[in-house]
Amino acid sequence: MAVSQPSRSRDLDKLLLRPGHLVGPNFEPGPELRDDIKEYVKVLVVGAGGLGCELLKDLALTGFKYLDVIDMDRIEVTNLNRQFLFRLEDVGKPKAEVAAKRVMERVNGVNITPHFCRIEDKPLDFYSDFSIIVLGLDSVEARSYINAVACGFLEYDSEDNPREETVKPMVDGGTEGFKGHARIIVPGTTPCFECTIWLFPPQVKFPLCTLAETPRTAAHCIEYAHLIKWNEVHGSRSFDPDNPEDMQWVYSEAVKRAELFGIPGVTYSFTQGVVKNIIPAIASTNAIISAACALETLKIVSGCSKTLSNYLTYNGVEGLHTKVTEFVRDKDCLVCGPGVLIELDKSVTLKKFIDQLEDHPRLLLSRVSVTHRGKNLYMQAPPVLEEMTRSNLDLPLFELMGGVAKDVIHVNGMAGKGDKKQSCLRKLRVVFRGVDGIADIDMAGGA
Amino acid sequence: MAEPKTKYDRQLRIWGEQGQTALEKSSICLLNCGPTGSETLKNLVLGGVGSITVVDGSKVELGDLGNNFMVDESSVGQSKAKTVCAFLQELNDAVKAKFIEEYPEALIESNPSFFAQFTLVVATQLVEDKMMKLDKICRDANVMLIFARSYGLTGFVRISVKEHAVIESKPDHFLDDLRLNNPWPELKRFAETFDLDTADPIVHKHTPYVIILIKLAEEWARNHGGVLPSTREEKKEFKDLIKAKMIASDEENYKEAMEASFKVFAAQGISPSLQQIINDSCAEVNSLSSDFWVLVAALKEFIANEGGGEAPLEGSIPDMTSSTELYVNLQKKRSTKAEADFLVMEQRVRKILKKIGRDPDSISKATIKTFCRNARKLKVCRYSLMEDEYNSPVQLELQKYLTDEDYSTAVGFYILLRAVDRFAANYNSFPGQFDGEMDEEISRLKTTAVSLLADLGCNGSNLTEDLINEMCRYGAAELHAVAAIIGGIASQEVIKLITRQFVPMSGTFIFSGIDHKSQLLLF
Repeated sequence: MAVSQPSRSRDLDKLLLRPGHLVGPNFEPGPELRDDIKEYVKVLVVGAGGLGCELLKDLALTGFKYLDVIDMDRIEVTNLNRQFLFRLEDVGKPKAEVAAKRVMERVNGVNITPHFCRIEDKPLDFYSDFSIIVLGLDSVEARSYINAVACGFLEYDSEDNPREETVKPMVDGGTEGFKGHARIIVPGTTPCFECTIWLFPPQVKFPLCTLAETPRTAAHCIEYAHLIKWNEVHGSRSFDPDNPEDMQWVYSEAVKRAELFGIPGVTYSFTQGVVKNIIPAIASTNAIISAACALETLKIVSGCSKTLSNYLTYNGVEGLHTKVTEFVRDKDCLVCGPGVLIELDKSVTLKKFIDQLEDHPRLLLSRVSVTHRGKNLYMQAPPVLEEMTRSNLDLPLFELMGGVAKDVIHVNGMAGKGDKKQSCLRKLRVVFRGVDGIADIDMAGGA
Repeated sequence: MAEPKTKYDRQLRIWGEQGQTALEKSSICLLNCGPTGSETLKNLVLGGVGSITVVDGSKVELGDLGNNFMVDESSVGQSKAKTVCAFLQELNDAVKAKFIEEYPEALIESNPSFFAQFTLVVATQLVEDKMMKLDKICRDANVMLIFARSYGLTGFVRISVKEHAVIESKPDHFLDDLRLNNPWPELKRFAETFDLDTADPIVHKHTPYVIILIKLAEEWARNHGGVLPSTREEKKEFKDLIKAKMIASDEENYKEAMEASFKVFAAQGISPSLQQIINDSCAEVNSLSSDFWVLVAALKEFIANEGGGEAPLEGSIPDMTSSTELYVNLQKKRSTKAEADFLVMEQRVRKILKKIGRDPDSISKATIKTFCRNARKLKVCRYSLMEDEYNSPVQLELQKYLTDEDYSTAVGFYILLRAVDRFAANYNSFPGQFDGEMDEEISRLKTTAVSLLADLGCNGSNLTEDLINEMCRYGAAELHAVAAIIGGIASQEVIKLITRQFVPMSGTFIFSGIDHKSQLLLF
């Protein structure tokens, strides 16, 4: 038997260079596959925290060469029990930058570009540049946003099948204590984040009357101090959870209230936990979930094995339980479906169109910005862009879209009513009445 | 240096000061520091274990740079144990990190007493006969042991400890100890002071659901010959009874009572799993018994006597709609009863300790209190010796797994992971480890696996060609992502074992990286 030449891809080569039977449909093993992954695949890692640090390490050692990482946070002391790329002296520095630097120092040849900013600050073009997006986030809102961005690229053909070149796959991980999940999202094929949003129930909030009138638990006393007493005493100065003096004030007020009512259990640490909604986190769970995500990323890109179909849960609380669930798409999903169909007269101005979205029963969108094929038609912010695009408001949308009979546009705004609004991105299919070519749009598929 | 408490904040919220202290007192030994071992230790060093000792005799090779984050370009040719140890130390200076440049396989043969100094040994990438030898050594020395192995897209994790008793198992979901159908006298008297038909709407909507259910259960029993609802119709009728008591649609307490009505129907007395623990022969204690079993012996007496069939009352109750005063009052009633139960337990513990010739004060009040609070949730895990699992006939379970579609891949990997070690013993390399005649390797592995199955008394026809082929393709590769999963799982189990909190896995965990349909196999 021939002895292999020493190579740094000794182990990965077995998987990428050798044929197998239990592999993906498009698997073409060989050195070209290994080299193409290095040269042509760009992966975006969203989040450089507990999962993000692990993901960067895992992807760098799983054959990927070009990685980007985006995170708006700076390093804190409480990150150090799991975010292994950071040291005490890094506290205060941007996570994305330190994480990228540390992995590049250790793994030769890998190229990581950090982005120290909010995910909403990047233009859509930025996201379209990646072959695959891996999410290491701890918030439902951020997942929802990236999901909407990736699904926004998806286009359907005339038979309502997703067009392959517009599919931007995602791999998503999440953990809490000894539990976690990893999932694959292939827009148009698997459910998207929004199709199964019910998996993330909204956080339970205490009724204000309980806090004000019938407190029973330590958490009630803390939330009273945080949400009611703070405003009574400090008026317009808002509470800053990162200011230790503010936290100390809430804590001592909570203690007073607890003593008044004979309620045990208020501690400083518990106060922080309640006020900041701290989710406990440990290194081992992050390592497991991130590595599962990195492995799936390799499999999606290379076809070197079957892929997870499509949602893995891990629970190490009582023994060890893993489970794979195949969730199904919501055919009417606003985000990964073909897009809400909007019929307009050619004369409708951009301003009138934007107003209509606010009343649209399925959209309820306010503070809307509009993009068509990468071109900003109207932007709410920043002020300089608002000023530049303001004159478009009085022009007919038909003209602004270049006089086509129908096309997809993206709108960005606040969805929902009252105090339940949240920022979101929606894909819309706009059709103009009385223009030639209207016959080929598939009205039946309109969602 | 920042206060360590802050650094560990996110994990202290899971295992508390006690768990953290246990970690900080522990000494961990790692055998082989490839990516599986390095990743296991990385997670433990971050968590703040007391000390680590890395044992590996090999030098860093070019190939290691592609799968292990704890080595780098400049360390090629140097001791792998030394390199990995140095990079691990960077992660947490509170951990004492040592290394021994020696092959674990040689150490197992030459110096078995070496392992006795550790709290726990993590043995990675060992072949079968070495695992069996180490298993016996650790079992005799009373050292906890965990095996972890990554192999291509598969691998396994297995714990080997004679007995692991858990007081704080901290389950996610557990029925609250409300005693709705079996209230103790003070609670019963407290409930009697309420009138569910009160004319005062404020009082009506602030009566805690616990009181509502206790009263209605009693009313039901009075009208039904002392028996609680058992059939589906009766349960529905009981719910309707609750609903009929509502006087306004916004009465959250009555909604909570309806949602919790099933708790009234729960069986009285202790659970079958607790019954099993108090019936265990270890509960017949002597001077050599562990504190845990002394406590169980006291619990057994308590249940049979003062407890009237129930374990000591848990102190806390869940939040529920109520006026502050009533809720605080209810909680006080409970803590009074819990304290009384604790005092009885304490007396029994002291008496038993005296009887078996130990210092009656050798178990602290705090320990007894924690035990009482968690008495309904005790867990005892026992693990067979590797040798017993491998050599004694298990064909019944094995045959069952082989023919179960959900398990076929996992059990296939289980057999093949053992077959590759036999293969390596015969041919001096793992199947497909080097490039060359793959077809020959495949047919050799097949022969090896089929004969292994025959030795175990099973039919080899359930092993698919595809899986055998896949195993040869892996060629003993240790992929970083798979190693990080296996090492991550191993470290999570180590934490549960050392903190004595939560419940460690049972059996052998077989990882399937093909579709993630991994399984626990119980033999």
